[in-house]
Amino acid sequence: MRYFPLTNTDREEMKKEIGINDVKELFSDIPKEKSYFSLKNFPPMLHENELIRDFKKYGEKNTFSNFSSFLGGGAYDHFIPETVKYLSSRGEFLTPYTPYQPEVSQGSLQAMFEYQTMISMLTGLDISNSSLYDGGTAAAEGVLLAARKTRKKRIAIASNIHPEYLEIIKTYVQNIDIEIDIVEHDISTGTINPEKLDSILTEEHGGILFQSPNFFGVIEDSEKISGIIHKYKGYSIQAVSEAFSLPFISSPGSNGVDIAVGEAQSFGLPLSFGGPFLGFIVAKKELVRQMPGRLVGQTVDSEGKRGYVLTLSTREQHIKREKATSNICSNQAWCALRASIYLTLLGESGLKDISKSNHLNTTYFVNKVSDFSNVEVKYKRNFFNEIVLEIKNMDSELFLSELKKKNILAGIPLKWFFEEYKNSILVNFTELHTREQIDNFIKSVGELQ
Amino acid sequence: MNVLPELIFNKSKKGKTGISFSFNSFENNTIAVDKKNRRDDLGDFPSLSEVETVRHYSNLARLNHSVDHGFYPLGSCTMKYNPKINEAVANIEKLSAHPYSPNDLVQGNLEIIKTLEKYLMELTGMDAYTLTPAAGAHGEFAGMMVIRKFLSSRGNPRKIVLIPDSAHGTNPASAHFAGYEIREIESNKEGIIDPEILKKHLNEDVAALMMTNPNTLGIFEKNIKEISDIIHENGSLLYMDGANMNAFMGIVRPGDLGVDVIHLNLHKTFSTPHGGGGPGSGPIGVSNELKEFLPVPVISEKDSMYHVNYFSKDGIGRIKNFYGNFLVLVRALAYLKSLGHENIRKVAEDAVLNANYLRKKLEPLLNLPFKSKTLHEVVFSDEGLKVKTLDIAKRLLDYNIHPFTVYFPLIIHGAMMIEPTETESKETLDEFINAMKEILKESEENPDFITNSPYKTPVSRLDEVYAARNLILRWEKGEQN
Repeated sequence: MRYFPLTNTDREEMKKEIGINDVKELFSDIPKEKSYFSLKNFPPMLHENELIRDFKKYGEKNTFSNFSSFLGGGAYDHFIPETVKYLSSRGEFLTPYTPYQPEVSQGSLQAMFEYQTMISMLTGLDISNSSLYDGGTAAAEGVLLAARKTRKKRIAIASNIHPEYLEIIKTYVQNIDIEIDIVEHDISTGTINPEKLDSILTEEHGGILFQSPNFFGVIEDSEKISGIIHKYKGYSIQAVSEAFSLPFISSPGSNGVDIAVGEAQSFGLPLSFGGPFLGFIVAKKELVRQMPGRLVGQTVDSEGKRGYVLTLSTREQHIKREKATSNICSNQAWCALRASIYLTLLGESGLKDISKSNHLNTTYFVNKVSDFSNVEVKYKRNFFNEIVLEIKNMDSELFLSELKKKNILAGIPLKWFFEEYKNSILVNFTELHTREQIDNFIKSVGELQ
Repeated sequence: MNVLPELIFNKSKKGKTGISFSFNSFENNTIAVDKKNRRDDLGDFPSLSEVETVRHYSNLARLNHSVDHGFYPLGSCTMKYNPKINEAVANIEKLSAHPYSPNDLVQGNLEIIKTLEKYLMELTGMDAYTLTPAAGAHGEFAGMMVIRKFLSSRGNPRKIVLIPDSAHGTNPASAHFAGYEIREIESNKEGIIDPEILKKHLNEDVAALMMTNPNTLGIFEKNIKEISDIIHENGSLLYMDGANMNAFMGIVRPGDLGVDVIHLNLHKTFSTPHGGGGPGSGPIGVSNELKEFLPVPVISEKDSMYHVNYFSKDGIGRIKNFYGNFLVLVRALAYLKSLGHENIRKVAEDAVLNANYLRKKLEPLLNLPFKSKTLHEVVFSDEGLKVKTLDIAKRLLDYNIHPFTVYFPLIIHGAMMIEPTETESKETLDEFINAMKEILKESEENPDFITNSPYKTPVSRLDEVYAARNLILRWEKGEQN
């Protein structure tokens, strides 16, 4: 088998050297009656040509690619240049471990340092770590960070963040001393009402976590929200599930947000059935010593030359054990590297052009369906690339299945998550949707009037 | 001159871009976002052309050591070869579905998940799996929450988790975030958990023992059955950190030894690439009575269709978006299918043979504090040497060898934790042994030469203290970086 470089002669020589006759002797500490169990339930090995055929068969059982998809909701289909795929697949990036030996890891480390800088720039905040698992776990880490720094036990969370993020946060805090207060959003606007928020928040709150654009695609007044929580000496935490909104709408930092968390899958990672994706966390300087996960810092070598290392490791589990700021060890380093390549390649103008195109594809659809009697766009302004479409003349599931017959995946049924949106769907547009695809979608919606 | 490329921010020039994309054009289409919500400036965000981007990252790539370059015996990390066919499989476009696609359109993907679950159950003797945890530590966290939820359902979550002093730091950190206090158990002279010592720590507050097996010394916890009996008699559960599964994949099943919860690291035993620190995947397997407490989503099979259940009455909830690191699962399944029943056992046999060969050859040169049988890795100490572990590690870099894990586990002075894995040839092991011999000889004759190493790396020894004291965590305009 090609993954084992030892020959039988090697094995014999090595066994002789060690002083054993049979390799089984090396396992003699393992309870005998349980060892060398039967492997009969495993299929025989597949050779390379068989293996690729085998996995293509799984692919053939997936039929999603026959459909024109408008699914978003925290996972977005964006253009990925071939250059990104080519560079990121190099073994030098794919096959090292966490850079514990910085002298032979400067490639990964400098790229992480550049990633930290670009995420800081995009969010308008000071310090980014070098990645977390995904948007949902990043949101949970943001909550823990605010609680740790303020030493307060209550965190407010907006009801219109990504429902999975909320589930993950609840899981993360279920056994530690943190209480969650849900701040209900206003259904007429889709957003958090600042006055109502003010009436809920107290000095006991270590922060408010909200999402903008929120799960319904609508931009929140993050400046007002931040101002209110600051009155109570808590942190303003903004979640972002569509990182492509960052170049288009005013940055979290410029609105007074203290911690931004979220999902950066949009920057060069394919949909991948939901993972691996890329969680980010970025915060104001004062929070750096409480940050979770790996941080890359600049330093000098013994000759005074510039170089990079993992730093502030006294926050981390391998030093602090149960007192660490987080239990994270492996993160999503390669995904962050891929995002770095992607962001570098696009540059400022590429990012701006693509994000604007996302928005314009969305407004085009919104304007076209505004004459239709069977659907209504619930929140008609201040969205980025995602909208709530209410179905007026039939059940939303029937609507989705009618469009599915025309090979269109029109959106995510909001009834999965919200009782009060039971006849609405969440629809996403990116730069990858051609005008023809959008026109066909519009036409098909019109035919259901 | 510095061999590191200039930072992209210093190479940037406004107006450059590395992409070409045809956008839709519309008549009378306007922006629907209020001016105050708009952003028109990305500040100093870099702009490079395509060729400059390619050169930048290609030059960075050259500065990395990796498994594709050479020996990487980083103990407890199982730096085995990452098969290239697995990358091709993970790049099959028809697997890259949107996670909210209707179930009937992604039956192939759901089948991949269920098939891998089944294989892992078979390999570990556990009754059910969740593949959603994103890494080993994430699996530990989920596993400890499952234990807590199970014990709560029996009336009392209990307060304490016992962890041996040789454990990886993620164990106490994960148990802490699951709401437990940590008590450390000292290893005995053989480097393993002593049932008698364990008994002294047991009381009705103990929820679980978190045990790494084989432990971080590369030694099998040979009293595991007795330990599991003692633990279960106390009404506690046995958690096994399966990071070192490479030592006995196909040899023994943890479920047959009384383990209640186990996590595996697909980026270790199952050959998926480490990616410079991630993504990983840390599935957890549980026994039948803990099954209902697993996180969502849960995939079930009915009428030859796969279904996704997003809700679970008793489960710990959701720990990760969507289905976990799916494309890591794909690679792991491809690996297992490539091995087949003919080769699964060979992984552990060759890995353990290689580790024992290294032990045999290095034992005359280095101090071996724990002399119990070695499985997949061996840990030496720097006691009695003229230089420190770190110095030897740095000098190894000059030989194009990535050093072993240093200073871990903490119970060994100047630990050198060496894990060769099964994917190394005898020639590579001999080269490593010779390098170690040369370095140790140099360290006797001229210790300064070793303490000032490395010499052949892109940068010389880096000042980690300086980095922590003068925090520079990003480029800033006008600053020196």
